[in-house]
Amino acid sequence: MASPRSEFFSGIKAQLPILIGVIPFGMIYGVLALEAGLSIGIAQSMSFIIFAGSSQIVATQLFGSSVHGLVIILTLSVINLRHMLYSASIAPYLKPLKPLWKWSLAYLLTDEAYALTITHYQEEDPATENRKDNRHWFFLGTGLALWLTWQLSTAGGIFLGVIIPESWPLDFTIALTFIALLVPMLRDRAGLAAATVAGILALLTLNVPLKLGLVIAALAGIITGVLVETKS
Amino acid sequence: MNIWVVMIITGMITYAFRLSFIILFEHKDLPPALQRWLRYVPPAVFAAIIFPEIFVRDGSVVLSSDNSRLFAALIAAIVAWRTKNVLLTILIGMAGLLIIEVIQNQF
Repeated sequence: MASPRSEFFSGIKAQLPILIGVIPFGMIYGVLALEAGLSIGIAQSMSFIIFAGSSQIVATQLFGSSVHGLVIILTLSVINLRHMLYSASIAPYLKPLKPLWKWSLAYLLTDEAYALTITHYQEEDPATENRKDNRHWFFLGTGLALWLTWQLSTAGGIFLGVIIPESWPLDFTIALTFIALLVPMLRDRAGLAAATVAGILALLTLNVPLKLGLVIAALAGIITGVLVETKS
Repeated sequence: MNIWVVMIITGMITYAFRLSFIILFEHKDLPPALQRWLRYVPPAVFAAIIFPEIFVRDGSVVLSSDNSRLFAALIAAIVAWRTKNVLLTILIGMAGLLIIEVIQNQF
Protein backbone atom coordinates (compact mmCIF):
# COMPACT_ATOMS: atom_id res chain seq x y z
CA MET A 1 0.00 0.00 0.00
CA ALA A 2 1.40 3.38 -1.02
CA SER A 3 1.89 5.95 1.76
CA PRO A 4 -0.33 9.06 1.97
CA ARG A 5 2.64 11.17 1.00
CA SER A 6 3.48 9.21 -2.13
CA GLU A 7 -0.20 9.06 -3.16
CA PHE A 8 -0.48 12.83 -2.66
CA PHE A 9 2.56 13.56 -4.82
CA SER A 10 1.62 11.11 -7.54
CA GLY A 11 -1.75 12.91 -7.66
CA ILE A 12 0.03 16.22 -8.23
CA LYS A 13 2.35 14.62 -10.79
CA ALA A 14 -0.57 13.16 -12.76
CA GLN A 15 -2.19 16.61 -12.90
CA LEU A 16 0.92 18.49 -14.13
CA PRO A 17 0.59 17.83 -17.88
CA ILE A 18 -3.11 18.68 -17.75
CA LEU A 19 -2.31 22.05 -16.24
CA ILE A 20 -0.82 23.09 -19.61
CA GLY A 21 -4.38 23.07 -20.92
CA VAL A 22 -5.88 24.58 -17.77
CA ILE A 23 -3.64 27.68 -17.63
CA PRO A 24 -4.74 29.23 -20.96
CA PHE A 25 -8.34 28.22 -20.18
CA GLY A 26 -8.18 30.09 -16.86
CA MET A 27 -6.57 33.13 -18.44
CA ILE A 28 -9.19 33.23 -21.20
CA TYR A 29 -11.88 33.18 -18.49
CA GLY A 30 -10.24 36.07 -16.65
CA VAL A 31 -10.04 38.19 -19.79
CA LEU A 32 -13.66 37.40 -20.80
CA ALA A 33 -14.93 38.20 -17.30
CA LEU A 34 -13.45 41.71 -17.39
CA GLU A 35 -14.62 42.24 -20.99
CA ALA A 36 -18.15 41.36 -19.83
CA GLY A 37 -17.91 44.17 -17.29
CA LEU A 38 -17.53 42.07 -14.14
CA SER A 39 -15.53 43.60 -11.33
CA ILE A 40 -12.18 42.08 -10.38
CA GLY A 41 -13.67 40.91 -7.07
CA ILE A 42 -16.56 39.10 -8.73
CA ALA A 43 -14.41 37.63 -11.49
CA GLN A 44 -11.89 36.11 -9.10
CA SER A 45 -14.46 35.06 -6.45
CA MET A 46 -16.31 33.06 -9.07
CA SER A 47 -13.23 30.85 -9.47
CA PHE A 48 -13.50 29.60 -5.93
CA ILE A 49 -17.27 29.87 -5.40
CA ILE A 50 -18.26 27.99 -8.56
CA PHE A 51 -14.87 26.48 -9.53
CA ALA A 52 -16.01 24.99 -12.85
CA GLY A 53 -14.38 26.41 -15.97
CA SER A 54 -16.90 25.94 -18.73
CA SER A 55 -19.80 27.24 -16.62
CA GLN A 56 -17.70 30.26 -15.60
CA ILE A 57 -17.07 31.11 -19.26
CA VAL A 58 -20.80 30.85 -20.02
CA ALA A 59 -21.47 32.96 -16.91
CA THR A 60 -19.40 35.81 -18.36
CA GLN A 61 -21.54 35.72 -21.52
CA LEU A 62 -24.80 35.69 -19.55
CA PHE A 63 -23.81 38.35 -17.00
CA GLY A 64 -22.93 40.62 -19.90
CA SER A 65 -26.42 40.20 -21.37
CA SER A 66 -29.86 41.06 -20.03
CA VAL A 67 -30.74 37.46 -19.12
CA HIS A 68 -32.65 37.13 -15.84
CA GLY A 69 -30.72 35.89 -12.79
CA LEU A 70 -32.87 32.80 -12.38
CA VAL A 71 -32.24 31.75 -15.98
CA ILE A 72 -28.50 32.24 -15.41
CA ILE A 73 -28.62 30.03 -12.30
CA LEU A 74 -30.60 27.39 -14.19
CA THR A 75 -28.29 27.40 -17.23
CA LEU A 76 -25.09 27.21 -15.19
CA SER A 77 -26.58 24.45 -13.03
CA VAL A 78 -27.47 22.39 -16.09
CA ILE A 79 -23.89 22.75 -17.37
CA ASN A 80 -22.63 21.54 -13.99
CA LEU A 81 -25.14 18.72 -13.68
CA ARG A 82 -22.52 16.29 -15.00
CA HIS A 83 -20.76 16.58 -11.64
CA MET A 84 -23.62 14.57 -10.17
CA LEU A 85 -22.60 11.71 -12.46
CA TYR A 86 -19.01 12.07 -11.29
CA SER A 87 -20.23 12.08 -7.69
CA ALA A 88 -22.14 8.81 -8.19
CA SER A 89 -19.22 7.27 -10.04
CA ILE A 90 -16.62 8.11 -7.38
CA ALA A 91 -18.89 7.59 -4.32
CA PRO A 92 -18.16 3.87 -3.78
CA TYR A 93 -14.44 4.56 -3.42
CA LEU A 94 -14.92 7.37 -0.89
CA LYS A 95 -17.28 5.38 1.34
CA PRO A 96 -14.78 4.48 4.08
CA LEU A 97 -13.63 8.10 4.52
CA LYS A 98 -14.47 10.48 7.37
CA PRO A 99 -17.06 13.23 6.64
CA LEU A 100 -14.44 16.01 6.51
CA TRP A 101 -12.63 14.16 3.72
CA LYS A 102 -15.85 13.62 1.78
CA TRP A 103 -16.95 17.26 2.07
CA SER A 104 -13.50 18.50 1.06
CA LEU A 105 -12.94 16.12 -1.84
CA ALA A 106 -16.43 16.89 -3.18
CA TYR A 107 -15.38 20.52 -3.58
CA LEU A 108 -12.38 19.40 -5.65
CA LEU A 109 -14.45 17.11 -7.92
CA THR A 110 -13.79 18.77 -11.28
CA ASP A 111 -13.66 17.13 -14.74
CA GLU A 112 -9.89 16.74 -14.66
CA ALA A 113 -9.58 15.61 -11.02
CA TYR A 114 -12.41 13.13 -11.59
CA ALA A 115 -10.84 11.67 -14.74
CA LEU A 116 -7.44 11.17 -13.11
CA THR A 117 -8.80 9.88 -9.81
CA ILE A 118 -11.30 7.42 -11.28
CA THR A 119 -8.56 6.08 -13.58
CA HIS A 120 -6.26 5.71 -10.57
CA TYR A 121 -8.93 3.89 -8.56
CA GLN A 122 -9.81 1.59 -11.45
CA GLU A 123 -6.35 0.67 -12.69
CA GLU A 124 -5.25 -0.82 -9.40
CA ASP A 125 -7.46 -3.69 -8.35
CA PRO A 126 -11.00 -2.75 -9.27
CA ALA A 127 -12.07 -5.35 -6.72
CA THR A 128 -10.75 -3.43 -3.75
CA GLU A 129 -13.65 -1.01 -3.45
CA ASN A 130 -14.58 -0.23 0.13
CA ARG A 131 -11.16 -1.33 1.29
CA LYS A 132 -9.38 1.28 3.29
CA ASP A 133 -6.26 2.58 1.58
CA ASN A 134 -4.56 5.87 0.81
CA ARG A 135 -5.79 6.61 -2.66
CA HIS A 136 -7.92 9.50 -1.43
CA TRP A 137 -4.60 11.31 -0.94
CA PHE A 138 -4.07 11.02 -4.70
CA PHE A 139 -7.47 12.67 -5.18
CA LEU A 140 -6.50 15.44 -2.74
CA GLY A 141 -3.15 16.07 -4.45
CA THR A 142 -4.57 16.10 -7.94
CA GLY A 143 -7.58 18.23 -6.90
CA LEU A 144 -5.50 20.80 -5.01
CA ALA A 145 -2.99 21.11 -7.86
CA LEU A 146 -5.84 21.91 -10.22
CA TRP A 147 -7.55 24.25 -7.74
CA LEU A 148 -4.43 26.31 -7.12
CA THR A 149 -3.59 26.51 -10.83
CA TRP A 150 -7.15 27.55 -11.67
CA GLN A 151 -7.11 30.36 -9.08
CA LEU A 152 -3.70 31.61 -10.25
CA SER A 153 -4.43 31.40 -13.98
CA THR A 154 -7.80 33.15 -13.74
CA ALA A 155 -6.06 35.82 -11.64
CA GLY A 156 -3.42 35.97 -14.38
CA GLY A 157 -6.11 36.64 -16.98
CA ILE A 158 -7.76 39.25 -14.76
CA PHE A 159 -4.69 41.16 -13.65
CA LEU A 160 -2.30 40.76 -16.57
CA GLY A 161 -5.04 40.97 -19.19
CA VAL A 162 -4.54 40.02 -22.78
CA ILE A 163 -0.94 39.05 -23.26
CA ILE A 164 -2.08 36.24 -25.55
CA PRO A 165 -3.00 37.41 -29.07
CA GLU A 166 -6.59 36.48 -29.88
CA SER A 167 -5.54 34.70 -33.07
CA TRP A 168 -3.67 32.05 -31.06
CA PRO A 169 -5.86 28.95 -30.89
CA LEU A 170 -5.11 28.34 -27.21
CA ASP A 171 -8.69 27.29 -26.45
CA PHE A 172 -7.89 24.14 -28.43
CA THR A 173 -5.94 22.88 -25.41
CA ILE A 174 -9.31 22.16 -23.74
CA ALA A 175 -10.25 19.67 -26.46
CA LEU A 176 -6.74 18.20 -26.42
CA THR A 177 -6.79 17.72 -22.65
CA PHE A 178 -10.05 15.81 -22.80
CA ILE A 179 -8.83 13.74 -25.78
CA ALA A 180 -5.78 12.78 -23.72
CA LEU A 181 -8.04 11.74 -20.84
CA LEU A 182 -10.74 10.03 -22.92
CA VAL A 183 -8.86 7.92 -25.47
CA PRO A 184 -6.98 5.68 -23.00
CA MET A 185 -10.34 4.96 -21.31
CA LEU A 186 -11.81 3.47 -24.49
CA ARG A 187 -10.96 -0.15 -23.88
CA ASP A 188 -13.98 -1.99 -25.32
CA ARG A 189 -16.76 -1.69 -27.88
CA ALA A 190 -19.33 -0.55 -25.35
CA GLY A 191 -17.18 2.37 -24.19
CA LEU A 192 -16.40 3.35 -27.76
CA ALA A 193 -20.12 3.26 -28.65
CA ALA A 194 -20.97 5.36 -25.58
CA ALA A 195 -18.42 7.99 -26.58
CA THR A 196 -19.45 8.07 -30.26
CA VAL A 197 -23.16 8.44 -29.58
CA ALA A 198 -22.59 11.06 -26.86
CA GLY A 199 -20.29 13.04 -29.15
CA ILE A 200 -22.66 13.05 -32.11
CA LEU A 201 -25.63 13.89 -29.92
CA ALA A 202 -23.72 16.80 -28.39
CA LEU A 203 -23.49 18.24 -31.92
CA LEU A 204 -27.15 17.59 -32.74
CA THR A 205 -28.35 19.22 -29.51
CA LEU A 206 -26.21 22.36 -29.81
CA ASN A 207 -29.23 24.65 -29.99
CA VAL A 208 -31.27 23.06 -27.23
CA PRO A 209 -32.04 25.79 -24.66
CA LEU A 210 -30.35 26.10 -21.26
CA LYS A 211 -27.31 24.14 -22.50
CA LEU A 212 -29.27 20.93 -21.90
CA GLY A 213 -27.48 19.32 -24.87
CA LEU A 214 -24.51 18.13 -22.81
CA VAL A 215 -26.73 16.29 -20.33
CA ILE A 216 -28.90 14.74 -23.06
CA ALA A 217 -25.81 13.63 -24.98
CA ALA A 218 -24.14 12.17 -21.88
CA LEU A 219 -27.25 10.22 -20.86
CA ALA A 220 -27.72 8.89 -24.41
CA GLY A 221 -24.09 7.79 -24.44
CA ILE A 222 -24.43 6.00 -21.10
CA ILE A 223 -27.58 4.18 -22.27
CA THR A 224 -25.80 3.17 -25.50
CA GLY A 225 -22.85 1.80 -23.54
CA VAL A 226 -25.10 -0.36 -21.37
CA LEU A 227 -27.10 -1.60 -24.39
CA VAL A 228 -23.98 -2.57 -26.34
CA GLU A 229 -22.55 -4.26 -23.26
CA THR A 230 -25.78 -6.25 -22.77
CA LYS A 231 -25.80 -7.40 -26.40
CA SER A 232 -22.21 -8.58 -26.53
CA MET B 1 -30.85 39.89 -9.40
CA ASN B 2 -27.56 40.78 -7.78
CA ILE B 3 -24.55 39.07 -9.42
CA TRP B 4 -23.20 37.96 -6.04
CA VAL B 5 -26.51 36.23 -5.23
CA VAL B 6 -26.56 34.47 -8.62
CA MET B 7 -22.96 33.39 -8.19
CA ILE B 8 -23.34 32.10 -4.63
CA ILE B 9 -26.53 30.16 -5.41
CA THR B 10 -24.88 28.63 -8.50
CA GLY B 11 -21.84 27.75 -6.41
CA MET B 12 -24.01 26.07 -3.78
CA ILE B 13 -25.92 24.09 -6.41
CA THR B 14 -22.68 23.02 -8.11
CA TYR B 15 -21.24 21.92 -4.76
CA ALA B 16 -24.46 20.05 -3.96
CA PHE B 17 -24.13 18.16 -7.26
CA ARG B 18 -20.54 17.23 -6.44
CA LEU B 19 -21.43 16.11 -2.94
CA SER B 20 -24.77 14.45 -3.75
CA PHE B 21 -24.03 10.76 -4.24
CA ILE B 22 -20.97 10.80 -2.01
CA ILE B 23 -23.29 11.63 0.90
CA LEU B 24 -26.47 9.86 -0.27
CA PHE B 25 -24.68 6.53 -0.44
CA GLU B 26 -22.50 7.06 2.58
CA HIS B 27 -23.92 4.11 4.48
CA LYS B 28 -25.33 1.92 1.74
CA ASP B 29 -23.94 0.48 -1.48
CA LEU B 30 -24.91 1.82 -4.86
CA PRO B 31 -27.21 -0.69 -6.56
CA PRO B 32 -25.11 -2.94 -8.86
CA ALA B 33 -27.29 -1.98 -11.85
CA LEU B 34 -26.47 1.70 -11.28
CA GLN B 35 -22.78 0.93 -10.92
CA ARG B 36 -22.89 -0.75 -14.32
CA TRP B 37 -24.41 2.38 -15.86
CA LEU B 38 -21.85 4.59 -14.19
CA ARG B 39 -18.98 2.83 -15.94
CA TYR B 40 -19.98 4.78 -19.05
CA VAL B 41 -19.94 8.20 -17.40
CA PRO B 42 -16.34 9.05 -18.38
CA PRO B 43 -16.51 8.14 -22.09
CA ALA B 44 -19.97 9.67 -22.57
CA VAL B 45 -19.38 12.95 -20.73
CA PHE B 46 -15.89 13.56 -22.12
CA ALA B 47 -16.94 12.84 -25.70
CA ALA B 48 -19.88 15.22 -25.26
CA ILE B 49 -17.41 17.92 -24.16
CA ILE B 50 -14.84 17.20 -26.90
CA PHE B 51 -17.02 16.96 -30.03
CA PRO B 52 -18.41 20.53 -29.96
CA GLU B 53 -14.89 21.87 -29.25
CA ILE B 54 -13.62 20.19 -32.42
CA PHE B 55 -16.53 20.29 -34.86
CA VAL B 56 -18.17 23.62 -34.06
CA ARG B 57 -16.64 26.78 -35.50
CA ASP B 58 -18.46 30.09 -35.00
CA GLY B 59 -21.61 28.40 -33.79
CA SER B 60 -22.15 25.78 -36.49
CA VAL B 61 -20.84 22.30 -37.27
CA VAL B 62 -17.99 22.33 -39.82
CA LEU B 63 -17.19 18.94 -41.35
CA SER B 64 -15.11 20.15 -44.34
CA SER B 65 -11.33 20.09 -44.68
CA ASP B 66 -11.31 23.80 -43.74
CA ASN B 67 -11.70 22.67 -40.17
CA SER B 68 -8.06 22.29 -39.17
CA ARG B 69 -9.05 21.23 -35.63
CA LEU B 70 -10.55 18.03 -37.02
CA PHE B 71 -7.17 16.84 -38.33
CA ALA B 72 -5.27 18.03 -35.28
CA ALA B 73 -7.73 16.24 -32.98
CA LEU B 74 -7.31 13.06 -35.00
CA ILE B 75 -3.52 13.28 -34.67
CA ALA B 76 -3.90 13.90 -30.92
CA ALA B 77 -6.25 10.92 -30.57
CA ILE B 78 -3.71 8.64 -32.27
CA VAL B 79 -0.93 9.91 -29.99
CA ALA B 80 -3.16 9.42 -26.92
CA TRP B 81 -4.05 5.92 -28.05
CA ARG B 82 -0.47 4.84 -28.77
CA THR B 83 1.32 6.56 -25.88
CA LYS B 84 -1.32 7.21 -23.18
CA ASN B 85 0.82 10.30 -22.49
CA VAL B 86 -1.16 13.48 -21.67
CA LEU B 87 1.73 15.89 -22.19
CA LEU B 88 2.68 14.42 -25.56
CA THR B 89 -0.95 14.41 -26.70
CA ILE B 90 -1.42 18.10 -25.92
CA LEU B 91 1.93 19.18 -27.38
CA ILE B 92 1.67 17.17 -30.61
CA GLY B 93 -2.00 18.09 -31.04
CA MET B 94 -1.19 21.79 -30.65
CA ALA B 95 1.85 21.57 -32.95
CA GLY B 96 -0.30 19.69 -35.47
CA LEU B 97 -2.92 22.43 -35.43
CA LEU B 98 -0.35 25.19 -35.95
CA ILE B 99 1.34 23.33 -38.81
CA ILE B 100 -1.98 22.56 -40.53
CA GLU B 101 -3.03 26.22 -40.24
CA VAL B 102 0.28 27.40 -41.73
CA ILE B 103 -0.15 24.97 -44.65
CA GLN B 104 -3.75 26.06 -45.19
CA ASN B 105 -2.75 29.71 -45.27
CA GLN B 106 -0.20 28.95 -48.02
CA PHE B 107 -2.91 27.90 -50.47
